Amino acid sequence: MDRVHILLDNVSKSYGSIIALKEITLEVHRGKKLSIVGLSGSGKTTLLKLIAGLENPSINEVQVNGEVVKAEDLRKLSTMVFQTSAIFNTTVYNNVAYGLRIRGMSDKEIKNKVEKVLSLVRLEDYADRNTRKLSGGEQQRVSLARAIVIQPTILLLDEPIANLDPANALIIEQAINQLQRNTNLTIVLATHNLDQARRFSNEVAHILNGEIIEKAPTESFFSKPQDIRTKKFVSGELPI
Amino acid sequence: MAPNVHLSIDICQITFIRDFHFFGVRYLGFVETFAEAFLEALNLIVTGDQELLQIVVMSIYISGMAVVLASTWSLVIAILVGTRNFPGKRFVTGIFHAMMGIPTVTLGLFFYLILSRSGPLGYFGLLYRPEGIILGQAVLISPIIISFAISAIESVDPNLRNLARTLGASNYQTSLTIMRESSNQVLLSIVAGFNRAIAELGLAMMLGGNIRNVTRVLTTTIALETSRGEIALSIALAIILLIIVYSISLALSLLRRE
Repeated sequence: MDRVHILLDNVSKSYGSIIALKEITLEVHRGKKLSIVGLSGSGKTTLLKLIAGLENPSINEVQVNGEVVKAEDLRKLSTMVFQTSAIFNTTVYNNVAYGLRIRGMSDKEIKNKVEKVLSLVRLEDYADRNTRKLSGGEQQRVSLARAIVIQPTILLLDEPIANLDPANALIIEQAINQLQRNTNLTIVLATHNLDQARRFSNEVAHILNGEIIEKAPTESFFSKPQDIRTKKFVSGELPI
Repeated sequence: MAPNVHLSIDICQITFIRDFHFFGVRYLGFVETFAEAFLEALNLIVTGDQELLQIVVMSIYISGMAVVLASTWSLVIAILVGTRNFPGKRFVTGIFHAMMGIPTVTLGLFFYLILSRSGPLGYFGLLYRPEGIILGQAVLISPIIISFAISAIESVDPNLRNLARTLGASNYQTSLTIMRESSNQVLLSIVAGFNRAIAELGLAMMLGGNIRNVTRVLTTTIALETSRGEIALSIALAIILLIIVYSISLALSLLRRE
């Protein structure tokens, strides 16, 4: 049986009087890919931020490998690729090397790792280019390279291919799949793209108004959804 | 009433305003005064007038040191305020905005009292010394640097802060990263502070006393020469002041990262 890597047990998050996540219970198994699907504003990004350690839960804590982990320690275990390309105003090389420099690696080690990961996202000839001058798709590939070069145990993807052209989306998905074949990376993907969730993940969870209303293996999630709201959502109707 | 302008054409076929009437007053030799001033400025620069050179160097030294001093605390304050959210943040930034408009004579009077012999800092003997003007100018320009730098830091994509943290950066490293991302705009805030300092008169006059070879700077010299009726020389000095301000601003703009 797969080991539970990430566990949220009745975790809630609120901002003042607004409840963003309500009593979320969610297991993610080591080395698996979980997609969180839902409408915009349903709480997908907030959920990822909790796992990334960018936000603290209001009630209960995030557990990793069965132990409660504080936000600052979560940030050492995981990394996140954001929906819109967050790019440092410098070269592709420096962008990708950022996390390695933070970890105090030598220039030689950094060069070696950056070259490998740029090759994975097919940007090996772009190292000296200013990242801000690349296309949106290329910038998102830089974002992915920057996230995976630090070899996190948990990779969080917030709509990584939203608004990308098919070619760039394909390169990103291939890079993630190749990476997962070679490592035991646990991946959580937030998306409203059901096709991507279907072809990408082992499991899918449906979040609605800050609550996980259904979670199932990908095949059964799409073929036999249990919740009427999930049935509506996968068939392209409004779930509410 | 519209000004009544008389035009004349010189031998180079260039049209000048020779003199004009404005609200019933006739202004004579308007062009001549400016032409004389330009020639005077050119003459002072070309001949390398020693006293002028000393005044220029003193002006740049005092304002430059004021900027260095002000930047040490202003940038720290800007990072602390700009990279954090806390209750009353708008109030704090509002105070800095309001302090940008503080009258220099008020600040000059305040520093005069604390730097004078009987004042709390009188022991250091900073009054009528360049260091006194540096201190006063540093305080004067701090709200400018702080306000502009906070705006620069807050204009950085908020995702970059989260990005730095998710890549393992500590709070200190995250702040440095945000500072680096906003460095172009922060540099502009420093340039604005320098320009404010070098163009400042009230503080330089009250704390420096316009002492020849000691605290005389361009602005105090312009004020002195104007009061003595040396209009052409004053304009010449003003032109030199403008050249310095624009040259330094241009040089720093060229240094900005693309």
